[in-house]
Amino acid sequence: MTHAPLLAVEGLHMMFGGLVANRDISFSVGEGQIIGLIGPNGAGKTTLFNCLAGYYRPSAGTIRFNGVAVGGQTPEEAARRGIARTFQIVRIFPEMTVLENVMVGAMLRTKKVAAARAAAENELVFIGLDHRSDVKAAQLTVSEQKRLEVARALATHPRLILLDEVMAGLTPTEVREASQMVVRIRDRGISSIIVEHVMEGIMPISNRIIVLDAGVKIAEDAPAAIARNPAVIAAYLGE
Amino acid sequence: MDRLTLVKRILGLAVLIVALGFPLIVTQPTMVNFAILILMAAQLGVAWNILGGYAGQVSLGHAVFYGIGAYTSSVLAAKFGLSPWLGMLAGGAIASGFALLIGWPCFRLKGHYFAMATLAIAAIVEVLVTNWDYVEGAIGIYLPMTNSGWAGMVFTRSKTPYFYIALGLLLLSLLVSRILQKSYIGYYFRAIKEDPDAARSLGINLARYKLVAIAASAFLTAMGGTLYAQKELFIDPGSVLAGSLSIKIALIAILGGVGTLFGPVVGALVLIAIEEFTRQIFGSTGMGTDMIIYGGIIVIIAMFSPGGIAGLLGEWERAWRARRKLVYTPPGDGI
Ligand SMILES: Nc1ncnc2c1ncn2[C@@H]1O[C@H](COP(=O)(O)OP(=O)(O)OP(=O)(O)O)[C@@H](O)[C@H]1O
Ligand SMILES: [Mg+2]
Repeated sequence: MTHAPLLAVEGLHMMFGGLVANRDISFSVGEGQIIGLIGPNGAGKTTLFNCLAGYYRPSAGTIRFNGVAVGGQTPEEAARRGIARTFQIVRIFPEMTVLENVMVGAMLRTKKVAAARAAAENELVFIGLDHRSDVKAAQLTVSEQKRLEVARALATHPRLILLDEVMAGLTPTEVREASQMVVRIRDRGISSIIVEHVMEGIMPISNRIIVLDAGVKIAEDAPAAIARNPAVIAAYLGE
Repeated sequence: MDRLTLVKRILGLAVLIVALGFPLIVTQPTMVNFAILILMAAQLGVAWNILGGYAGQVSLGHAVFYGIGAYTSSVLAAKFGLSPWLGMLAGGAIASGFALLIGWPCFRLKGHYFAMATLAIAAIVEVLVTNWDYVEGAIGIYLPMTNSGWAGMVFTRSKTPYFYIALGLLLLSLLVSRILQKSYIGYYFRAIKEDPDAARSLGINLARYKLVAIAASAFLTAMGGTLYAQKELFIDPGSVLAGSLSIKIALIAILGGVGTLFGPVVGALVLIAIEEFTRQIFGSTGMGTDMIIYGGIIVIIAMFSPGGIAGLLGEWERAWRARRKLVYTPPGDGI
């Protein structure tokens, strides 16, 4: 088998009626890479995530994951293949405890409750929420809930994780911690695409940054080069 | 195991022992009958709860499964002389099959629309059966009383055996609930109920697990239908397929507390007590009084305790545990 990238997106279009939310987007993600995905509000970042994770069926284009065409997959198929995600607006299971939330994720790989519990406990230690295990998820702060979502997604043993604004609303210290968390996820061999408006959070850790504007990919480059890119500067100033 | 858990266990065991000995101590037929009604209602509530409580798919058409159970075993007994014990299993199987059939399209509907679809399907089935000559239409089916004894599940002298069959069915339903609840399936049910989109992101196939829930729920509900038929030795669409019955089944669980193991048992106790009480005041089952009571109960639950009775008890328990924790947490350990 040739050495295909983990994720390869080719000419992806996503339309809602007449609105083109993603237009002709192509990029790829290699094993163990961190890719930053940025762009002004409404640029189509979350839409792209929804296409990759099986929530939307792309109007055109191909998505290959691990060499397999996965364009029309369902979310549950995406999860089974190893694409995990978090949601921009958190979607935890509010009435379950923190531990139970993560256990549900772990159950994708083991149907034994005790094994799922052990795996979930490990993820909570990894993410630093183990001291909150038995609390109802609804009682966590929003930033804790975002971390819980990451732990729950990691418990599914993904090869690629899609993080949608996990750093929004965090203090500068928390942003640094979140960046380190993404690096530690990478060190486990998991690639990530990370949507952020918080530039300090992703610039230092990303291998590459992809910039969307009004549904179109306007740039893809190393973080330092992106900051100097005239098209990117125009897109952000033009708002 | 802390003190409260211990108290709960002992209480549970005591209730079970009292239940087992009840017909030996209380021999008054009306009291035994009252107890049977509670057990049967509790069993239906527990069965409904698997789908409506744990998996969060509120059905307002459960009478359809009850009716299938009652009609299947009755037709098999009346026309083919088949033992109701086998008829009970056949009824369960057919009800499960029917549940899968209607679940497949209906589970595409969300929230209230699913509830409305079940309501509509149950109403249609009631009309169909009422006009179906093979099952005696509106006239109903009389069951043969010849097979008196355990083999034929017919007891004409004392109702006590029905008490034990009802108790057995209730325990079976509780056991099935408990096993599902403790397994990964129970976790998946709760996940689906709380946030289906998030559940999908974790690889949960929503339709598959909703179908598991409705099949299990329908099977147990149908078993209850067979017991009813054998106890009354007569069924007709009005008694086993009525819309008010569907409401009642849902209400037992909702009143007691959805998504809890013993909530429906408590709900049955309270609901049947209220029903019998009003029956004594207003006379026989005047059409309408049932529905007025159900409506009143729904209003009270919605206003004061959406978690039902079990929800209230759960709040007290949490408060108790929280107080205890405050007292027993050693200094410096709380960070
Ligand atoms: N389900 C949908 N139906 C119709 N239009 C949609 C849908 N989802 C997104 N859109 C539209 O697609 C465009 C891109 O939205 P998207 O949420 O992907 O942007 P985003 O880059 O994630 O923005 P933000 O930074 O605000 O989260 C917007 O114009 C949005 O209104
Ligand atoms: Mg977004």
